[in-house]
Amino acid sequence: MPLKLNQSEFVVERDLNKCISCEVCVRQCSNDAHEYDADDKTVLSEASKCVGCHRCESLCPTEAITIRKKAAEFKDNSNWQQAHIKNIYKQAETGGVLLTGMGSDKPHTVYWDHILFNAAQVTNPSIDPLREPMEIKTFIGAKPEKLEIEKNDSGFKLKSKLGPHLELSTPILFSAMSYGSISLNACKSLASAAYSFGTFYNTGEGGMHKDLQHFAKNTIVQVASGRFGVNRQYLRSAAAVEIKIGQGAKPGIGGHLPGEKVTADISSTRMIPEGSDAISPAPHHDIYSIEDLAQLIYAIKEATDYLKPVGVKVSAVHNIAPIASGIVRAGADFVAIDGFRGGTGAAPQAIRDNVGIPIELALAAVDTRLREEGIRHKAAIIIAGSIRSSSDIIKAIALGADAVYIGTAALIALGCHLCQKCYTGKCNWGIATQDPYLTKRLNPSIGTKRLSGLLRAWSHEIKEMLGGAGINAIESLRGNREHLRGINLSEIELSILGIKHAGQAW
Amino acid sequence: MSISLIKNKKSDYPGYRVPSGCAVFGVLNESGSCFDGRTIIDGIEMMHDRSNGLGGGFAAYGIYPQYKNDWAFHILYDDSDARNRMEDILKKSFAVLYFEELPTKRSPAIENPPMIFRYFLKLKDIYSLYERNVPVDNFSEDDFIVDFVLKMNARVSGAYIISSGKNMGIFKGVGFPEDIGHYFRLDEYKGYLWTSHGRFPTNSVGWWGGAHPFGLLNFSIVHNGEISSYGRNQRYVASLGYECSLSTDTEVITYLFDLLARKKNMDIELLNMILAAPLWERIEEMPEDDRELASTLRIMYGGALINGPFSIIAGHNDFMYALNDRIKLRPMVAARKNDYLYVSSEESAIIKVCPQPDIVWRPQGGIPVIGRVKKKD
Repeated sequence: MPLKLNQSEFVVERDLNKCISCEVCVRQCSNDAHEYDADDKTVLSEASKCVGCHRCESLCPTEAITIRKKAAEFKDNSNWQQAHIKNIYKQAETGGVLLTGMGSDKPHTVYWDHILFNAAQVTNPSIDPLREPMEIKTFIGAKPEKLEIEKNDSGFKLKSKLGPHLELSTPILFSAMSYGSISLNACKSLASAAYSFGTFYNTGEGGMHKDLQHFAKNTIVQVASGRFGVNRQYLRSAAAVEIKIGQGAKPGIGGHLPGEKVTADISSTRMIPEGSDAISPAPHHDIYSIEDLAQLIYAIKEATDYLKPVGVKVSAVHNIAPIASGIVRAGADFVAIDGFRGGTGAAPQAIRDNVGIPIELALAAVDTRLREEGIRHKAAIIIAGSIRSSSDIIKAIALGADAVYIGTAALIALGCHLCQKCYTGKCNWGIATQDPYLTKRLNPSIGTKRLSGLLRAWSHEIKEMLGGAGINAIESLRGNREHLRGINLSEIELSILGIKHAGQAW
Repeated sequence: MSISLIKNKKSDYPGYRVPSGCAVFGVLNESGSCFDGRTIIDGIEMMHDRSNGLGGGFAAYGIYPQYKNDWAFHILYDDSDARNRMEDILKKSFAVLYFEELPTKRSPAIENPPMIFRYFLKLKDIYSLYERNVPVDNFSEDDFIVDFVLKMNARVSGAYIISSGKNMGIFKGVGFPEDIGHYFRLDEYKGYLWTSHGRFPTNSVGWWGGAHPFGLLNFSIVHNGEISSYGRNQRYVASLGYECSLSTDTEVITYLFDLLARKKNMDIELLNMILAAPLWERIEEMPEDDRELASTLRIMYGGALINGPFSIIAGHNDFMYALNDRIKLRPMVAARKNDYLYVSSEESAIIKVCPQPDIVWRPQGGIPVIGRVKKKD
């Protein structure tokens, strides 16, 4: 059958008047989309190999290259869209599962974009963050039922302890991204930015590389179903431990790192043989129910002398509110919930685009449920799954989150152009690859600066919005849904979010 | 008379919140000597322009010495039917020692007042009242009263309990505070602690039950400000069993006081560390023990931090407690003269009733002014 399997998604335009045949594009493209023709002394491009990462376009010294989206190749059809047709061709040919990277790009409702934030006018003053203190310091951990305080001659003295907490200078953490799925330089950038800004990054299930151990105090380590890299020192050196049950982009399945990516360095970090596939089982085989989770939580607490918060990460699925309640009752100090727009290094497309629920609804439902049950104080809520801006964060906190994880946003700060080809290991930006030729493109000290810049900018914006609403401490925003209004939302959506519609006063 | 006069019509405006600007004034005699209500009326009257005639009220302590160990309820009624319904319920739980309609002086300044009765009550055995679901070990008479008042106010139509303490009473309604004071003939009462409130609500018609002070057990709260943390505070107390039925700042602040000072049994000297918690930069500067206490309280009770502008005067049989928000976005002046402690939105009120105080000061944001009643016996 004359089927063309690798039809191009993009058009590579080269302005030959500008091109000086310097071959930068040739060297930069790991997909071999550009080739130098020595006979003609010109550079040629093969659009079908282009993934749309815009690396060549960004680095072309004469701005000769433009990458454009290619217009439809098939007759317009609202039902049978291009992607369906192409995917069927591919799958009929290969018999394989369609893989993809990053979060879902499907046009599902983004609730953040249907929520508006409040500001103070007349009846109470807005507060100017340039002139007044504006506090966004955030704590992650469980709160005890009560405190014992003793009164003596000199004043009051605390007799009971709070329990382990993480202290964050801003309510933003870097989400779990493993060494393996991303390069060591990317990990270094995240770890060192977390360290310098006073927040935390998360190892994912990639283990803790020896070069990152001095950032351990700003590291949340993950215990996932494959248990890669988990040992006593790994648990004890970290600031907190997170048990990974699920990930927003692929609820119900485990991670998969192909053997080709398991280099010597990754092999020793993950404690697996070099070149072997690192396939995490879909469930934890020691957790078939909630009581098993409680055992693992307390096993880790025992191993870490009850000195570190132990949390559980789950993907946002239909029954998320009772699941989160169970996790809190099982003893977790924080619950991380990853919405279905959350990113991934590799996931089956069918799952990424169709399984799970948006984080906004999951968060609202969980916070409400935990409050109804009177256990909201027992655990912090960290949410993830496509936080794109500081305004998404402020809305998340007003819905009830303690803090947010950012993954994709952090990678974009490092240069990611969202081409969604992370699973190929050919990331031209040096992020989602282990090829030394590519990874050296990401300079960790520049990466650190860019990530710190993002945190600083977003923190400033959070302070501006807080002050505008007449609030000078972030804890007064947490779960304060009075400051949110919905727009273009149905009654049921408003009721799940627990907010009024724009135009409704107090 | 419409019920909207004494109760917020939740069915018409579900979840409406009622912010308001205001005047507050409180006077305490720390030695427990009683003085009549003219002082408080004269003071609050000086701040007439801080109210707009949509609410005024007073809390008075020490006014019912003959029933000082019994519950004193003030209840607003729309009509006799409501009164009969409420009294039937009251009689199931309480022995009524004495009751009467509150004496008032009719005045053109007060339009359409509801019926207002006072009751002196003794609680019957609480265990017989709760046949099911009694957490017997931890359930006190105070808990019963709180539960009773919140439930009755939410459920009994046409009736509203505005005052539920001992040897104290709340007098409030729609009008300017001085007119309300004269209407209730407060010059004929003597108490050792008086607080008062003049209201300037921004978005609601006045209604009698929604005037301030707001009371629960012996606590009464008057408050000037519009708190920006309302949603957080309301959800925080809701998860601990307090349902905010009035949607006013004062209501939620009262529940925070009840939660912390009564239920959690926290010393009132610690309350400001929670309600107007010190800034982190101040906490960092504290000596180690204080720092640990302050940061722990702040982390633990973040839901009880009151944010945005407020000046609060809390009345209680044992003390008067005044607090400004931590960056002082609302005015508050305090003064002392002999055994008297005065707290006011404006100094004018104090000077009116005490022309030459020993000391006048403007309390720092987040630093409480506490006056305690020295026990006489």
